[in-house]
Amino acid sequence: MAVRQRVGLFASCPVDLMRPSVGFASATLLQRAGFAVEVPPQSCCGQVNFNSGMPEQTRQLAWQLITTFEAYDYTVVPAGSCGGMIRHHYPELFKGDPRLPRVREFCERVYELTTFLAEVANVSLEDITSASALTDVVTYHDSCAGLREMGIKAQPRELLQSSGVTVTEMAETDVCCGFGGAFCVKFSDVSGRMADNKLDNACAAGANLVVGGDVSCLLHLAGRAQRRGLPLQFRHVAEVLAGDFGTPAIGEAEGGSHES
Amino acid sequence: MSHNFIVRSQEALTNEQLQSALAKAGGGFVARRQSAIDQVPDFEQMRDQAQAVRQKSLANLDIYLAYFEQQVEAAGGKVHWARSPEDLRRIVIGICQQAGARTIAKGKSMVGEEAHLNAALEAAGMIPWETDLGEYILQLAQEPPSHIVAPALHKTKAEIEALFRNAHQLGERDLQEVKAIVDEARDVIRERFLTADVGITGANMLIAETGTAVLVTNEGNGDLSSCLPKTHIITTTFDRVVPTWEDASKIIRVLARSATGQPITSYTSFFSGPKGENDHDGPEAFHVVLLDNHRSEILASDYREMLHCIRCGACMNHCPVYQAVGGHAYDSVYPGPMGAVLSPLLRGYPQDYELPNASSFCGRCESVCPVRIPLPGLMRKLREQERQVAPPPRVNRTLLSSFAWLASKPALYRRLTSAGSWLLHKLGRGKGRLHKVPLARGWSQQRELPLPQGASFQSQWEQHLKDKAKKSSPQGGGRG
Repeated sequence: MAVRQRVGLFASCPVDLMRPSVGFASATLLQRAGFAVEVPPQSCCGQVNFNSGMPEQTRQLAWQLITTFEAYDYTVVPAGSCGGMIRHHYPELFKGDPRLPRVREFCERVYELTTFLAEVANVSLEDITSASALTDVVTYHDSCAGLREMGIKAQPRELLQSSGVTVTEMAETDVCCGFGGAFCVKFSDVSGRMADNKLDNACAAGANLVVGGDVSCLLHLAGRAQRRGLPLQFRHVAEVLAGDFGTPAIGEAEGGSHES
Repeated sequence: MSHNFIVRSQEALTNEQLQSALAKAGGGFVARRQSAIDQVPDFEQMRDQAQAVRQKSLANLDIYLAYFEQQVEAAGGKVHWARSPEDLRRIVIGICQQAGARTIAKGKSMVGEEAHLNAALEAAGMIPWETDLGEYILQLAQEPPSHIVAPALHKTKAEIEALFRNAHQLGERDLQEVKAIVDEARDVIRERFLTADVGITGANMLIAETGTAVLVTNEGNGDLSSCLPKTHIITTTFDRVVPTWEDASKIIRVLARSATGQPITSYTSFFSGPKGENDHDGPEAFHVVLLDNHRSEILASDYREMLHCIRCGACMNHCPVYQAVGGHAYDSVYPGPMGAVLSPLLRGYPQDYELPNASSFCGRCESVCPVRIPLPGLMRKLREQERQVAPPPRVNRTLLSSFAWLASKPALYRRLTSAGSWLLHKLGRGKGRLHKVPLARGWSQQRELPLPQGASFQSQWEQHLKDKAKKSSPQGGGRG
């Protein structure tokens, strides 16, 4: 058998700290697609500091990530936001720096999970996904950085369809949910209104499960939906594709409230 | 960071009239723009061309401006240079006084708003009459505009009707229909064009090759303000210049499509100097007043791309923050994403640096900008600049720096964060979320806090590898 290509899994802070099940589901999907998955020591891609106007500290974190992951054939991130940070903003951060060619070379091998599976992995999607047990009405939340920086729109839908899930689209899928990192705590009320618009659209579409590619947005939306008592649940697309429905949905009680 | 925007946005979110006006206007702009660009073969290419025109114009600005001035003067007009808003007010008032003006018909001019021209004209004993319907409504309401294209977007029909009833002699007349409101405004404003001594308008572009100012409107009030009074004054900024008519047409093609979803506005007017010998009408005197107000500094800075802006308003029409709170929350003539960049650069008030923070960086503005201004990137740069001119509270800086420090030590990071995640998980006692969280008011005001699943992914993965190795080692080490 040919030597399996090695994928470095960069979990992203929200997955690492809040929702490890997404990391495991991502690893499962990548392994099913025939890759050897490794999780090297990692922290933050630097986006928090970058968006707070601290480029020097961001460069340090970026360089640390690059030197950790550049040995792998590919780096895969189950988050469009952190993926966009690496692929698009790292080269911008190292403009005029002698390390730029090395940064560029690395960034071209960094992929968001669904894009990697749908466009790079070169596998039959039906073989690696297994969500047919799902009976919920599913709608998909496009996260902004994923959508606009990484062009992620068709990929997760294609994967969900191959796994037997029908996506019921809601209105205004290209409008922000109001998370925005520090924005959601600094401008809490505006952020809450934006979340409400998104949640109202999801409810109007008749959905009861919102699936997305970024845990950060989903934590914010789930928290708001739970505060309002809306009949909506939230899962990362990797969990759905890997068929992990045993793990409680985001912010839900242990002992499975999801069985439908 | 100042909290001016936060306070104003909280008021805006609970203002029912404003919310109903915003809801009515918002989606319409988005749908109309989409339908307009769907009707052209390649809007992306048109954006590229418009962007190239703006780049070229700014790259050789000095040459084009000198040529523009020469051409205006050759046609018998005069160009005035105003470094500051005070200069602009002084120059305009001087021209008006020389013309012996008592009344002035004004077309919509954002530069006039920026320089607070109306108040200055009134203080000098003149009466400025706004002739753009939106601006007229705001003059009655004594309010600043809340949108650069639709200045009275924040007003409901009922509010406008009440303003008219208060200001006009209407008796029992019915103003239920929008048409009735427009007709009433037209009757009042028509009279004013005929009597005004001076007309003041803005300009969307200045064409260097012929010394021509271009104005796009949908009401025709710009033409009447410019042609009927004896003196026409154009107030605009020097960065509006483009080299040729061909270049101007490339901007016009994207402007109205992006702004209102029209292929072209109802009126596109070209003003090239005063009335000539063979002209039947037109002003006898023609003045162009060009404001700088820190734009030369912007031109020489990392923010030059902001001067590409052609004032279409698409960024605010597509901004979920603007759509939630409206333009007045920005407390500036220029609201929304373009204003969040422009206000700190033009005014530099410390509180203006709050504006580029009031963005989720969703990038929708950049994705619709007809001249591809990287608005989120410029806002991020301003956040960086803010750290020098108006440093955020020490506690914020310390938190962010500590996080960066910890994140630069992966082993320590893993141990500490994993313990933190585990602890938070335990706090939830299996409920999966918390209702109130100490030290996280910004989050809990609006949301429950979903809790971590337990130890961090990195720790659980390490454990998973160990378990797997343990399972497979008795059989002799074959790895799955």
